[in-house]
Amino acid sequence: MTPLKLIGLAFGASLLFSTTALAQDITVAVAGPMTGGESAFGRQMRNGAEQAVADFNAAGGLLGKKLALDVEDDACDPKQALSVAEKIGSARIPFVAGHYCSSSSIPASEAYEDGNVLQITPASTATKFTDGKLWNVARVCGRDDQQGPAAAAYIIKAFAGKNVAILNDKTSYGKGLADETKKALNAAGFTEKMFESYNKGDKDFNAIVSRLKLENIDLVYVGGYHQEAGLILRQMRDQGLKTVMMAGDALNDKEFASITGPAAEGTLFTFGPDPRNNPAAKAIVEEFKAKNIDPEGYTLYTYAAMQVWSQAAAKAGSTDAQKVMNVIKAGTWDTVIGNLSFDAKGDIKQNAYVVWKWDANGNAAEINPKGS
Amino acid sequence: MDYFAQQVINGIVLGSIYGLIAIGYTMVYGIVGMINFAHGDIFMIGGFIALISFLVLVSIGLTAIPLILLIVLLVSMAITALYGWTVERIAYRPLRHSFRLAPMLSAIGMSFVLSNFSQVAQGARVKPVPPIITGGYTLLEQNGFAVRLSNAQIVVVVTTIVLLAIFTWLVSRTRLGRDMRACEQDQTMAALLGVDVDRTISMTFVIGAALAAVAGMMYLLYYGLVDFFMGFVAGIKAFTAAVLGGIGSLPGAMLGGLAIGLIETLWSAYFSVEYKDVAAFSILIIVLIFLPTGLLGRPEVEKV
Repeated sequence: MTPLKLIGLAFGASLLFSTTALAQDITVAVAGPMTGGESAFGRQMRNGAEQAVADFNAAGGLLGKKLALDVEDDACDPKQALSVAEKIGSARIPFVAGHYCSSSSIPASEAYEDGNVLQITPASTATKFTDGKLWNVARVCGRDDQQGPAAAAYIIKAFAGKNVAILNDKTSYGKGLADETKKALNAAGFTEKMFESYNKGDKDFNAIVSRLKLENIDLVYVGGYHQEAGLILRQMRDQGLKTVMMAGDALNDKEFASITGPAAEGTLFTFGPDPRNNPAAKAIVEEFKAKNIDPEGYTLYTYAAMQVWSQAAAKAGSTDAQKVMNVIKAGTWDTVIGNLSFDAKGDIKQNAYVVWKWDANGNAAEINPKGS
Repeated sequence: MDYFAQQVINGIVLGSIYGLIAIGYTMVYGIVGMINFAHGDIFMIGGFIALISFLVLVSIGLTAIPLILLIVLLVSMAITALYGWTVERIAYRPLRHSFRLAPMLSAIGMSFVLSNFSQVAQGARVKPVPPIITGGYTLLEQNGFAVRLSNAQIVVVVTTIVLLAIFTWLVSRTRLGRDMRACEQDQTMAALLGVDVDRTISMTFVIGAALAAVAGMMYLLYYGLVDFFMGFVAGIKAFTAAVLGGIGSLPGAMLGGLAIGLIETLWSAYFSVEYKDVAAFSILIIVLIFLPTGLLGRPEVEKV
């Protein structure tokens, strides 16, 4: 046998070996923006998923097997999300926790349906995600038609008679959220003074900031992601505006405060009640803190998505996406973010958005923590 | 009127940054006749080096902001210039006498290499810095609308003007500038008359990269963040500015940069923000229909 053939044989054998090694594990995936402007949230998801897999394996794995985690990067780009979804589907991975950007989750969900993959998003709030009525999707976060009205209720109460502007970044998430907020405001007889859109990825918002100044805006509501929101806020302060900013769940990462610096103080956003205060999450929060990770934003939501799936798969005795999904929708699941149950579309029944506020030290907290 | 003045200020600052990058495109085109697609990424590298040197200076305990800014400026210009020189040496010089498209393709390759290099070396996340230059002045106040000029904006515009003055002097009054103009007209003839063509071309890339580094640093100061993919969009805008001003013309590049900055800002100010790029590119097309060589470009004369 020639050396070349020997090498070929060795390679072939090693390939065989690695696939059999993999077959002993159940691989699950987490998909989100690991690179690019939204990577802060990709990191939250990855932290949550890695911790969940480590904890499940320490507790004996699933169905007698160990879990392995596949981390995929969509860079918040719909095209890349689609190819990630096709890759996960063809790798016969039964479950994915993802994605972050709604504009990624929505096209990916169709590819997951084709690939027989169960998808639970920890973070995509666009209504269209579950309104598409695919059997394989669910989410552990709220919907924009819950988040928008929550923001609107706060604005009506705290900014009655003031000038409000609504901006959006034209993405599925940003536009959807801005529209829902506008709808809820208008339904209550509150008319915004300005409704504008900008391009996601832009860095210079000085022109739009001067317009806010011209219109004497007291509150600007941003349907968009944290990087652009941070830059808008910074440029508002540079131009001497005292306008308050309010936005959606995409502001819940410390990176927002590191972009704006002390200007973040007083900025509002809507998010679920802080899961870190949940007594059931205490042990897991400590585990994160021991690793020097703050389980902020969607970290625990991703953990919860993994919990829902693994509990349901254990109960179903199978990882088959259809069977597991039927079990998920039939039961109630005990997770780090509380007890969750799902409706027929895959939305959670328990959801309440609360208003959070950034302080001068770069920390965000609920305005009225539990009980008030 | 006051609103207009505020928007013009916004536009000029944005245009200054575009203009600084555009000069790098136009200079290389003028002398070598190629579009250096890696130039946007050189700008990005400049921003990163400014960030790194800023953090190093702060961590060793320097507190005087003007001194820090000066050192950061010089360090990032020097190191980015080294990048510019290396890119030319590795990717363009070996292809100089190859077919016309070859250096352009290798420029696109170089652009990928640089952005992926900083993604691997610096991570895929956005790198923010806290506001370094804060405060500003209220120029005039009418009907409750205050025209603000922030200190960061002043720094951007003043630095741009000073560097352009130095640079214009360099091109028009020094030996190096004369060599550059000679190479632009006719490389073979310049070589026959004792001009070191290779060295002159290298210096062109070095100067272009140094100006891109300044733009990168201004970008960091003004917007407060850098990331590994910022070179692409900024590069496209600056390239457009260079074409609008007349590619090959140095004052044209600056003029084009200011024009693009003002068009984008004023369009956003009076029409819709979402179509500002459409407006900028439409005006580019209209200008090129009536002035195919751009605003200040010279038509190429066929020498017989």
